Amino acid sequence: MIQLEISEQHQKTYENARLLAEHMMRPYSRKYDKAEHTFPKEMEEVSAILAQNASKPRGDKPEKDSATVKNGGNIAAVVGMQALAWGDLGLFLAIPGSGLGNAAINAVGTAEQRAKFGKTYAAMCITEPGTGSDSANISTTAVRDGDEWVLNGEKIYVTAGQQSDTLVVWATLDKSRGKAAIKSFIVPKGTPGCEVTRLEHKMGIRASDTAAISFSDCRIPLENILGNAEIAVDEEGRKKSFGGVMQTFDNTRPPVAAMALGIARAALDMARDLLSKEGIFLDYSTKPSNCSAIEAELYKMEAEFEGARLLVLKAAWMADNGKPNSKEASMCKAKGGRMGNYVTLRCVELCQSLGYSEQNLLEKFARDSKIVDIFEGTQQIQQLIVARQVLGKSSSELK
Amino acid sequence: MNSRVENKLFDLTRDDEQRMSQETMERFAANEIREVAKNADEVGATPSSFFEKTAELGLALLPIPEPLGGAGMLRSPVSNSLNAQDLAWGDLALALGTISPQAFVNTVLDQGTDAQREQYLPKFCDGRFLAASTALTEPRATFDPMVPQCTARPDGDDYVLSGEKCMVPFGESAELLLVIAYLEDNGPRAFVVEGSPKGLTRTREEHMGLRTLELATLRFEDTPVPASAMLGEKAFDLQRFVSLSRIGLCSLAVGCCQGVLDYVTEYVNERTAFGEPISNRQAVAFMVADMAIELDAMRLMTLRAASRAEQGLDFHEQAFLAKVACAEHAMKIGTNGVQLLGGHGFCR
Repeated sequence: MIQLEISEQHQKTYENARLLAEHMMRPYSRKYDKAEHTFPKEMEEVSAILAQNASKPRGDKPEKDSATVKNGGNIAAVVGMQALAWGDLGLFLAIPGSGLGNAAINAVGTAEQRAKFGKTYAAMCITEPGTGSDSANISTTAVRDGDEWVLNGEKIYVTAGQQSDTLVVWATLDKSRGKAAIKSFIVPKGTPGCEVTRLEHKMGIRASDTAAISFSDCRIPLENILGNAEIAVDEEGRKKSFGGVMQTFDNTRPPVAAMALGIARAALDMARDLLSKEGIFLDYSTKPSNCSAIEAELYKMEAEFEGARLLVLKAAWMADNGKPNSKEASMCKAKGGRMGNYVTLRCVELCQSLGYSEQNLLEKFARDSKIVDIFEGTQQIQQLIVARQVLGKSSSELK
Repeated sequence: MNSRVENKLFDLTRDDEQRMSQETMERFAANEIREVAKNADEVGATPSSFFEKTAELGLALLPIPEPLGGAGMLRSPVSNSLNAQDLAWGDLALALGTISPQAFVNTVLDQGTDAQREQYLPKFCDGRFLAASTALTEPRATFDPMVPQCTARPDGDDYVLSGEKCMVPFGESAELLLVIAYLEDNGPRAFVVEGSPKGLTRTREEHMGLRTLELATLRFEDTPVPASAMLGEKAFDLQRFVSLSRIGLCSLAVGCCQGVLDYVTEYVNERTAFGEPISNRQAVAFMVADMAIELDAMRLMTLRAASRAEQGLDFHEQAFLAKVACAEHAMKIGTNGVQLLGGHGFCR
């Protein structure tokens, strides 16, 4: 049955996370925007509360057959993410345990790997100085030596690379064999040969460190590979092995798009609050062409926000119900990213000096939101994925 | 019992009935609408038998209670939206004509009295197409549907209407019209206007688009209507009427844009330039991707408003925002569709 409200349970998830964001994140937004590269220690408490909520017994769940519609973890993730990113995206990314590496370990790790590393803060190392969106082109190598892997190479743009305890590192077993030879490896921080060489200074999300990490003859135990060490030989196997890696992005793109929802909502809430003090309200009745330019622009932003929000929910709902959602995940990431950029910057402009001044957070929201249209696949990469699916093109036809 | 819990989950699955009518609507849109759309646009008229065929879809009589001769189906804003979307895939103007009588019927069901239902609705149940529609829009650049300037004033036991309405579907020939007017000192009201009362002039107008549809301007000069023709016993809920209309228009926009997307997808995949399909180029492909993205957002916003209306939740903000989004993006999708076809898009 077509119904586009989120369930009561997820509404509660949203409200709880929103309270947490309001009281335990937002008050520190400016502090860590200024103090770049300082670990926001206040987030440890947020992490503890989130962990506690996550491990709460959920009570009896009715047995559900596969024909029943499900609203599960994927919707919960986007709903919670929107609320926390409303608080502060930089601080969210600095919450221990929020890393992409954690997602990878939990998704494909063995029971032992999950037990040993699942609760640590795991960062993801994919990008290299010469390789961004074309992640199949990485050059970091992993070579087997007895019962160890030896890693060599340089990784950049590692979110929380400094702060994390564990790294999940993409490396190739044999570059000449392409995508199929790319595997990921778990490297505990402090392993000899693994070194943080630089922290980036950034436009936004300054509360979250972004590190360059080098690996020189960095040795890890054989069991630290995620998945198996085989290199597929036939075309289908190659597609499957790398496709499997890329598919994890189908699950992570909606939550990243939800980050854009959170920041955009924060900017809209703040702008509307500031404007209401000057007598500007929305009645959702006068049509935009009869309104003031400010009101019309606010309506447009609210509409863009709502469109993006529903695309995110749709992609998450598909994931919850086992429907392939590669196209929809990229659609919501594309729409979310550009909506976030448009809304946050427009809020700065509409509020003029109040928007541009550091006395308010609007300028910070605009700076923070930019990253959402870049990481986890840029706007253009998402458009490429959507276009290929809509047009029925392969990656060699539509490059 | 279980369904209560289920109903509150986010879900985009059409139910069995909606799936069945999807098949019917899609077939009708492809075979009966798209087939005649181009020629109908060129001659600026609907083929004579077209609306009789639409009567077979039963859209108007579905929600009418069985005792009045209808099918007695529960009125569903979501199903209505889906039907409008599926039909408008074929052609926006013909779909708008097809669902216009439904707007009249639904408003009488929604806000009319029992006596009014008994008086007007059986006319829709004899299997033939009845030209009926609603008259809301007025010919002013700053027209606001919430503030009609067409007026009604009491005249003895009855009322007289004054003012102008425009873009009224079947405006020249409609047997039944629902006219929205402002009742002096009271607020908005809806009046059923039957046949050709004195003081009503109907003038056919031509437009940039919607050319097949018989759109007319109605001029009321002290036009008498009986008191029994004023819809409902209480004040007319104009906001509700306007919001439901907005959902209808957004649904038509969604269907029309889906038609554009499907047409363009096929074209750019077949059209070659420089030795390969033009869809192999990002400049083309990204436009198509953006069409698909914005179209899906339009669809979801429209369905959310419809589904809130169906559940009895407040839905005005959602309908308002859906209209804002559809007005912006439908235009972009349409003109980008023309652009992607190049000269072929510009030529009729």
